[in-house]
Amino acid sequence: MSEEFIIETEGLTKRYGSYTAVNQLGLNIREGEIFGFLGPNGAGKTTTLLMFLGLTEPTAGKVRVCGLDPARDPIRVKEQVGYLPENVGFYDDLDALENLRFVARLNRVPDNESAKRIDELLSLVGLHEEAEKKVGAYSKGMRQRLGIAEVLVKEPRLVFLDEPTIGLDPDGTNRMLDLISSLSREKKITVFLSSHLLDQVQRICDRVGIMIKGNLVAVGPIEELARQRWGVDKEHHTLEEIYMKYFKEA
Amino acid sequence: MHGIYPLYRKEMADHFSSTRFLLISALIVMVGVLTASMVGMSIQEESKGLAKPTLLFLLLFTATGKLFSFIQFIGFFGPLMGIILGFDAINRERAQRTLSKLAAQPIYRDAIINAKFLAGVTMITIVLLAIILIISGLGIRLIGVVPGAEEIWRLFIYFVLSILYISFWLGISILFSVTFRTTATSALASLAIWIFFSFFLGLGSGLLADAIAPVQGSSVTPEMVLKHAQVQKIVSSISPMILYSDATSTILDPMRKTTSSLLLMGPLERLSLSRFQNPLPLLQSLYIVLPHLVSLVAITLLCFGICYAVFMRQEVRTI
Repeated sequence: MSEEFIIETEGLTKRYGSYTAVNQLGLNIREGEIFGFLGPNGAGKTTTLLMFLGLTEPTAGKVRVCGLDPARDPIRVKEQVGYLPENVGFYDDLDALENLRFVARLNRVPDNESAKRIDELLSLVGLHEEAEKKVGAYSKGMRQRLGIAEVLVKEPRLVFLDEPTIGLDPDGTNRMLDLISSLSREKKITVFLSSHLLDQVQRICDRVGIMIKGNLVAVGPIEELARQRWGVDKEHHTLEEIYMKYFKEA
Repeated sequence: MHGIYPLYRKEMADHFSSTRFLLISALIVMVGVLTASMVGMSIQEESKGLAKPTLLFLLLFTATGKLFSFIQFIGFFGPLMGIILGFDAINRERAQRTLSKLAAQPIYRDAIINAKFLAGVTMITIVLLAIILIISGLGIRLIGVVPGAEEIWRLFIYFVLSILYISFWLGISILFSVTFRTTATSALASLAIWIFFSFFLGLGSGLLADAIAPVQGSSVTPEMVLKHAQVQKIVSSISPMILYSDATSTILDPMRKTTSSLLLMGPLERLSLSRFQNPLPLLQSLYIVLPHLVSLVAITLLCFGICYAVFMRQEVRTI
C-alpha cells in the first residue's frame, strides 16, 4: 500500500446478521483533501466511519488509516484521527474550557501546552467570548463549533465529521463550512465529511463518493461524475442531479 | 493504564460537586453522630461503677441504642449509597452523547468503566472513614475509653468489609446503568434488588425452607427442625446483607464465637460456648468470618466482572 493515501480500503464489508451495512467498499483518500461522503440515511456512512476508527470491526476486507490497521491498533489510530459524531455531546455542567481540557488530558496533551492550544482553537471557532459559559447554555451552532475545536485539540492528521451542519441555521452553516475548508487549506488536515446535504458538500469538497444501500456507487470530483453520467461536460449539473440519478437507479 | 487517570479525576470532581452525593453523606454522617452519641451515653450510664470495663469501645458500633446500631444502619442504608453513586454511571454519558466521544479518544474502552468503579469505591471509602472517625472521636469523649490495638484492628477489618459490601451495590447499579438506557429504569432496578435482598429474601427463605423441609404434622423430630433451619440459613446466605451483618457482628463483637444460630450448633460447639466465656482473640474471629469475607469479595468481583464484560461487548453503534 502506498504512502500518499491516508485512508485505503479494499473489499471492506460489515454485516449485522444477515443485513449488509457496508458492502465491498474500496476507497482511497489522499492526504490533505476534503472528501464528501454522500448517501441517504441508513446507507452505511456512519458504519464506515466507525470501522475507520476501529470502533467496530469489519466483517471482511482490509482497511488502513494513517498506515495502520484500526482493528488492531485502535489507540494509535485514534491518536491521529479526530471524530465529530453526529449531534456531539458535551458535559453540560462544565464550561467550554473544561470540556476541552478534559479531552486534551485524554489525549495526553500536557496541561501547559493544552492551555495555549485551547486558547487558539476557541478563537478559531469564534467561541473565545463564551469560553467560561456552561456548555448547557450553548446554542446548537455553538455546540457544533465547540465540537470542531474538541476534535482539533489532539492536532489530528485526519478528521471525520459526521453531518457537521445538520440542524444549523443558514448563518451557522456558512460559518461551519468556512471553518471546515480553512482546516484543509491552513492546517493541511484531511477532512472526511459525511453528509446528505448536497449543496453544502458541493461547495467545499474536492471529491465526493456516493453510497447507497451499503454500496459505493460513484466516486470522483463532481465535474467528472457529471461527465461520466451525461457524456458531455455540461456546466449546470449540480450534485443534486447526479445524486438523484444514482439514487433512482439503485 | 491508558487514560484512566484523567477519567478518574473527572469522576471524582463530579462526585464531589453533585448535590445528591452531598445529601446522602450528610444523612449518613448525621445518623452516625446520632447513634454514636445515643449509644455512647447509654454506655456511660451502664459502665458507671464498673472497676475495669472491657471492650467498651467497640460497643459504640454494635450496641443498639434506642433504635438501631451503627452496623445495622450501614447494613441497611449502605447499599443506598452504592446505588446512588453508580446508577447513572454509563447511561448518563449515553444520554448526553458523550460516550461515543469518549470511545473516539485514544483510550482503552475499559478505562471508562474502571475509572467509574474506582471513583465510586474511593468515595465510599472517604465517607465510611469519615463516619467511623466521627463515631470514634465522639465515643472516646463520651465514654473516656481509648481503644487498644486489637479493637483498632477489628474496626479496620469492619471498615474493609463495609467497603466491599457497598462496592457490591455500586457494581450492581453500574451493571444496570450499562444494560438500561434510561437512568430512572436503572435506579428502580437497583432499588428493586435492594428491597428484594433486604425484605423479601428473609421471608422467602422461610417459605422455601417450609417447602423443602416442612416442620409440621404430629411427629416433629429434632432432625426436621434442624433441616428446616439449615435450608433457611443456606438460602438467606445468598443475600449480601446477611453475609455482611453476620460477618460484621462477629468481627466487632469478640464475645460472638459463631455466626450460626444456637439451633445449628453441634453439641461440642454448644458445650465449648457455655464453658468458655472469654472473648475470642482477633485471629479466631477472623477465621470465623473468613468465608463471609471471601464470599463478599467474590460477589463484588463477579458483579463488576459481569458489568465489565457486558460493557466491553456492546456495539459502539448502541453506545
